[in-house]
Amino acid sequence: MARDLTPKTTILDAEQMARMIRRMAGEISERNRGVADLMLVGIRTRGVPLSEAIAAEIERMEGHEVPLGALDITLYRDDLSTVGPQPVVKGSHLPGRIDGRVVVLCDDVLYTGRTVRAALDHLVDYGRPRAVQLAVLIDRGDRELPIQADFVGRTVPISHDELIEVCFQQTDGAELVRILERAPR
Amino acid sequence: MAMSAASPVRWTREDLLGIAELSPGEIELILDTAESFREVGERPIKKVPALRGKTVVNLFFESSTRTRSSFEIAEKRLSADNLNFSASGSALSKGESLVDTALNLQAMAPDLIVIRHAHAGAPHLLASKLKAGVINAGDGAHEHPTQALLDAYTIRRHKGRLGGLKVAIVGDIEHSRVVRSNIHLLTKMGARVTVAGPRTMMPVGIERLGVEVAYTLEEAVRGADVIMMLRIQLERQGRQAFPSVKEYFELFGLTSARLAGAAEDVIIMHPGPMNRGVEIASEVADGPYSVILEQVTHGVSVRMAVLYLLSGVHEETA
Repeated sequence: MARDLTPKTTILDAEQMARMIRRMAGEISERNRGVADLMLVGIRTRGVPLSEAIAAEIERMEGHEVPLGALDITLYRDDLSTVGPQPVVKGSHLPGRIDGRVVVLCDDVLYTGRTVRAALDHLVDYGRPRAVQLAVLIDRGDRELPIQADFVGRTVPISHDELIEVCFQQTDGAELVRILERAPR
Repeated sequence: MAMSAASPVRWTREDLLGIAELSPGEIELILDTAESFREVGERPIKKVPALRGKTVVNLFFESSTRTRSSFEIAEKRLSADNLNFSASGSALSKGESLVDTALNLQAMAPDLIVIRHAHAGAPHLLASKLKAGVINAGDGAHEHPTQALLDAYTIRRHKGRLGGLKVAIVGDIEHSRVVRSNIHLLTKMGARVTVAGPRTMMPVGIERLGVEVAYTLEEAVRGADVIMMLRIQLERQGRQAFPSVKEYFELFGLTSARLAGAAEDVIIMHPGPMNRGVEIASEVADGPYSVILEQVTHGVSVRMAVLYLLSGVHEETA
């Protein structure tokens, strides 16, 4: 990211984020008629706090604890040989076998779809889930692959010169979603 | 795509030739990366596509089972294509010079070359002649960086740190590349290292590397958090560095009784292959303090980390 980024507008505050996550948690348990076979898997970095927040809401509503996992997709990136010095690998962790379960992948922003493609490739190395669904807080459009989310917090179509930043307490010390603008060349 | 926080150290080296030139930050980056790769070895499908389409040549001028198979498995788990040359049964034993061998290999455009050679500096020579990244898998009595890294990784997993630990290294200090790499690494990371062995196997001036010297096993073991036993190279015993194997074991062989002075949670390490009843008693090698087989497992994770880090740099500069 060579050019400087400056904050433009804050589109969600902590309360709005919490409400949205509550709604998504409800949709996930409704669509799957309960949460018995569910596993939530966050894509590192900010898919992880999102998956934790959704799991907490599901547990509150359904009284049922949902197993949580995390995927580091670095080694599955399609641009690994062109990104320069190798990105830091933080490792993946799944709480148990995924065979026969419904895995809900969670990520903060859905953009090109390449991260999700990598996550799908990564996931099947662990086994054969009954189904894989995708939950994202923000869908910013402009897909480069035929991938769609099953659960979306909000759709925010923005231009290529803008960036969505999602902040969580655990990773960033605050909860908000805002649009950043690249400084003009 | 989320913006990730920049890591304090970025890997920029094309080659891994020794530990001597690495910074503590680079060492930690390798160990942290290895930690992430450990999990790959525990999955049902032990393979990631990170090095897909890359070619790695394993060029072993000296025989090796452990190190070569460890590199091979690491390469395969990263999806690299690999190719093995060993000293016997190839042009390497037909009088071709090292540089000619290397230039021939280069003509096949490998991305990385893993080399073991009986002469110190052979990997450095290759690195200076070739575009491919070079990994030293042992050069003479000089360095064996990936062994020291897997030793450090094993220590860190057990002790949670390297700094402040007392590490005793016992055996043929003079002819061991494992010792030299370990001394560089451990002293850089703040561990206190004591080396011990017969005077005939102790190089003059070894203190200058920042280690203490002990001439009895008891002295070296006292208070040790880690004891590293080295292999006595029986096949090179023409040198007559000690009168007999029995006498060596009497003086420097690690037995349960001799562990008495060590820290309560001491770990026993050995780079392998070990000679039971020469440098180490079976009761210790198979005992509760031994982490010798764990070292082998960790070797794969550490070599995956090194291959992964080097492959990125090569791509950028080639």
